[in-house]
Amino acid sequence: MPNRSLRVVIAEDLALLREGLVGIVERGGHEVVAAVDTAEALLAWVHNDPPDVVITDVRMPPGHSDEGLRAAATIRAEHPETGILVLSQYVADAYLSALLEATGSGGTGYLLKDRVGHVREFLESLDRVADGGMVVDPEVVRQLLGRRRDDGPLSGLTAREREVLALMAEGRTNGGIAGELVVSEAAVRKHVGNIFAKLDLEPGSDRRVSAVLTYLRG
Amino acid sequence: MRRPTTAWAALAGNPLRFLTSSWPWRSWAYLAGSSLTGLLALVVFIALVLVGIVTSLLVIGLFVLASLPLMGAVVGTLERRRLRLMAPGQPLVPSPHPPIVGKGVRAWFRQRRREEVPRRELGYTVLLAVLLWVIDLVLSVNAVLITVILALSPLLARFDQVNVLMWQANTPLEALPITLVGVPVAYVVFAYALTAVAAGQSALARILLGATDAQLEAQVGALRRSRLDLVDAFETERKRIERHLHDGVQQRLVALTMTLGRAELDVPDGPALDLVRQAHGEAEAALADLREAVRGIHPRVLVDLGVEAAVREVADRMPMPVSVDIALPRRLPAPVEAAAYFVVSEALTNVARHADARSCRITGWIQGEQFVLSVADDGVGGAAVGRGSGLAGLVTRLDALGGTLGVDSPSGGPTQIRMECPCRIDP
Repeated sequence: MPNRSLRVVIAEDLALLREGLVGIVERGGHEVVAAVDTAEALLAWVHNDPPDVVITDVRMPPGHSDEGLRAAATIRAEHPETGILVLSQYVADAYLSALLEATGSGGTGYLLKDRVGHVREFLESLDRVADGGMVVDPEVVRQLLGRRRDDGPLSGLTAREREVLALMAEGRTNGGIAGELVVSEAAVRKHVGNIFAKLDLEPGSDRRVSAVLTYLRG
Repeated sequence: MRRPTTAWAALAGNPLRFLTSSWPWRSWAYLAGSSLTGLLALVVFIALVLVGIVTSLLVIGLFVLASLPLMGAVVGTLERRRLRLMAPGQPLVPSPHPPIVGKGVRAWFRQRRREEVPRRELGYTVLLAVLLWVIDLVLSVNAVLITVILALSPLLARFDQVNVLMWQANTPLEALPITLVGVPVAYVVFAYALTAVAAGQSALARILLGATDAQLEAQVGALRRSRLDLVDAFETERKRIERHLHDGVQQRLVALTMTLGRAELDVPDGPALDLVRQAHGEAEAALADLREAVRGIHPRVLVDLGVEAAVREVADRMPMPVSVDIALPRRLPAPVEAAAYFVVSEALTNVARHADARSCRITGWIQGEQFVLSVADDGVGGAAVGRGSGLAGLVTRLDALGGTLGVDSPSGGPTQIRMECPCRIDP
């Protein structure tokens, strides 16, 4: 299942969840270099020995506000090659906005904590982030889509195109979308082209997740 | 013509009306009562001082002596009630003391013991106990005595010579004119004298025993503060419950789903795996239920990110499209944020349930010192604060913060709910 063994640092202040995360990541065949409970300790570890991926909670001591997000920004600035997967307790797409602003879209993920229980999907997300991809929680995407449903351009999309748009926003590749919807990759490419044309977005595959999310956030 | 409502007006008005009114009788009753109160206060005072001095060797006497000023509060309370006699149909004179919490004499003493008795109240008590009761006693007793003697003079004349001023009467017949002239004259004289003294004395009592504007303002301020404290305590408690659920139960459930997720990978295909999957699904359902409950108590996103993010979350969960436009330069005080959140939450729930609206618009802005929040929909209207809606509770909550909640919802729509609340909370 895992394409390679990753070196991972985990930052989560609640012991119960930290142990659960360690267990899941190790179950995926990866090496947990360190599991810490503060953003400071996380930064110290990453500074000394940059891992492949960092998994961090948004809220951590001492302030219990957005320490994880701020740590993510620092890590991205110092070690752009390290993937960052942020776990959040709730949907609040304000966090997603802050994360995208701080880290750009490559090698970044934003998942709800509930998602970790779906181990297979979670480990896939971890791999995608490590490979420089983008992962956004489907629930967050659903809410973003819901917010723009009264707008003109989105209502111009077909049902299938909306499905493709949602999967794109989650960070899926064309191949991944094709697999999910059981259609050919060529068909997905055609849908993606239509969506970009209808929404008046810049076509181009490398930054498309961020383009879609930026559009959805309005 | 209206009946005069003060003794002064009655005195200055039509004499015939005055003499046939209840004022002379009220005044007599007031002064007679004053003399009793004053005499009683004096006796109790002397008794307490004596008991206090005698028992001060046993320390307890010191407490007795220390409680003497409390007599001022007792007399003040009694006298304020008695003042109603001289001001029929008018409200009680406002007390300078803060209101009593609880009921009964014990609660009264427990609270008053810890307060400082206003000096003016003490002054009135001393005046009453030393001087006023003597005047009142002399006047009220003489009024009765002299009138009765004049009335009974024919009877008295049978036994002895009756002398009234320069008038002498030796037989009942001779004394009859004394009664016929004397009683009405005495009544008139005493009616005016009693009423004048009672009016003067009650005016003095009103000044000395009533609360000053400053005292009333202090009382209103204290009430406002305690109401805010109550809202605050309520909010703190909700936050505590929320934190408990969030950091305790919710985390355990998340950990449980993680463990079950791992188990799904390790358990071989078969009935065991089906059971693990089922357990996983149930744990997730429990988590979702808990999340919903926590949201109604005090959403964490509100604490962390403020009104706009929290309102957006509510809006995104609604079946109809909701646009959110809230512009705030800074975070609002926590109670205002909570009120705004619950107004939106309640309003949107109502819109989704009853309004049959196609869209809804939430706007929030700062206007001067006020935070204004509006929830408008294009539904069928007919919403009201009453009728068992959750909005009624929010009106009370906003009231404590000095804010208001207005509902404009004509039948047929559209509906606008508008909340206004000061951005700063000063007691």
